[in-house]
Amino acid sequence: MPQFDPSSYTSQLFWLAVTFVALYWVVARIAVPRIGEVLEQRARVIQDDLDRAMHLKAETDAAIAAYDKAMAEARSQAYEHMKTMQAEMKAVADKRTADVTADVGRQITEAEGRINAAKQQALDSIKSVAAETARDVVAKLAGLSPDGGAVDAAVAAALKDAR
Amino acid sequence: MAEHVEGAAEAAHSPMAQFEIHKLIPIDVGGIDISYTNSALFMTFAVILTAILFWTATRHRTMVPGRLQATAELLYEFVAGMVKDNTGQEGMRYFPFVFTLFLFILFGNVIGLFPYAFTFTSHIVVTAAMAVFIFVAVTFIGFWRHGLHFFSLFVPPGAPLGIAIILVPLEMFSYLIRPLSLSLRLFANMLAGHVLLKVLAGFIITLGLVFGVIPFLAVFAVTLLEIMVALIQAYVFALLTCIYLNDAIHLH
Repeated sequence: MPQFDPSSYTSQLFWLAVTFVALYWVVARIAVPRIGEVLEQRARVIQDDLDRAMHLKAETDAAIAAYDKAMAEARSQAYEHMKTMQAEMKAVADKRTADVTADVGRQITEAEGRINAAKQQALDSIKSVAAETARDVVAKLAGLSPDGGAVDAAVAAALKDAR
Repeated sequence: MAEHVEGAAEAAHSPMAQFEIHKLIPIDVGGIDISYTNSALFMTFAVILTAILFWTATRHRTMVPGRLQATAELLYEFVAGMVKDNTGQEGMRYFPFVFTLFLFILFGNVIGLFPYAFTFTSHIVVTAAMAVFIFVAVTFIGFWRHGLHFFSLFVPPGAPLGIAIILVPLEMFSYLIRPLSLSLRLFANMLAGHVLLKVLAGFIITLGLVFGVIPFLAVFAVTLLEIMVALIQAYVFALLTCIYLNDAIHLH
């Protein structure tokens, strides 16, 4: 087996050392710094983009929060406004109702007064008509001319009985 | 001379011939042979290919990566993730080394799969050198960070004294055997895969056009398997390095 021929060992070891050191130089001086730089740069760009996205997201969130706050304020304001308007309207309606009720009550009282007056007038006219009728009836039937006072008293007594 | 030629011709048919080291440029410094060989050539290929890949891939460094840049980033993030997951943030200072190790073995394994290519990771001296280097470095880091307290690595936490007496030598043995297991795993996987491919390919010739189809399909399947093994072994080597580093940095 050529692997166990020691005569080639020194040359193999020498060239192994030379080529390995050369490759180490290439890797350490060219490959690693260059690729490291590119990867770092890419990571930085990605991180920047992510940061910007986070920033924009925070801004959006703030805007949404502000919108929500304004919306809630407007809602509560509108509610307050509605409540006061309702109260005002209720007060107006109550006043009108009270006015109308009072007016109607007054009219009813007046009307009742008028009705009573008319009733009294009617009763009075009945009395006089009845007294006249009674006098006429007495004059026709009995040929008497009764005393006015007596007839009136009699009619009043009769009316009182009729009641 | 004739004997040498005959030996070489015979060796060319052997499944082991693919592992032979040939001197391309003989170099001798003070009696030490450091000839530029086919093994060194493919090590050079691995380095140059990796260098070209990362150089061109990272030339423009666009925010949205192209195909090549995405490949380079994928490899980088794969190994960086492995180092970070296994050794934590403190282990990241060794990331360039682990990344180099991973790429060196990965390219060595994958280039070696091409026909007529040489697989330098199929030589025990190469894998052993890497494993011993890691072992020594990890032990050094352990003592450097923790001093003599590093020996507590060999005492399993929460073990009663009676059991600890048995466990400590076992732990020490498993620690000391690490370079051997690390180097043998890679070496044996590469060796076995390439021998298997060579033997199966030899059957195609022996069995001829009709029956040769069977070993041909086997070669096809084993090649797919070997691509997987090439990737997995590079991963395992780097992963174990990370685990050893974690022991040295965090002790357990």
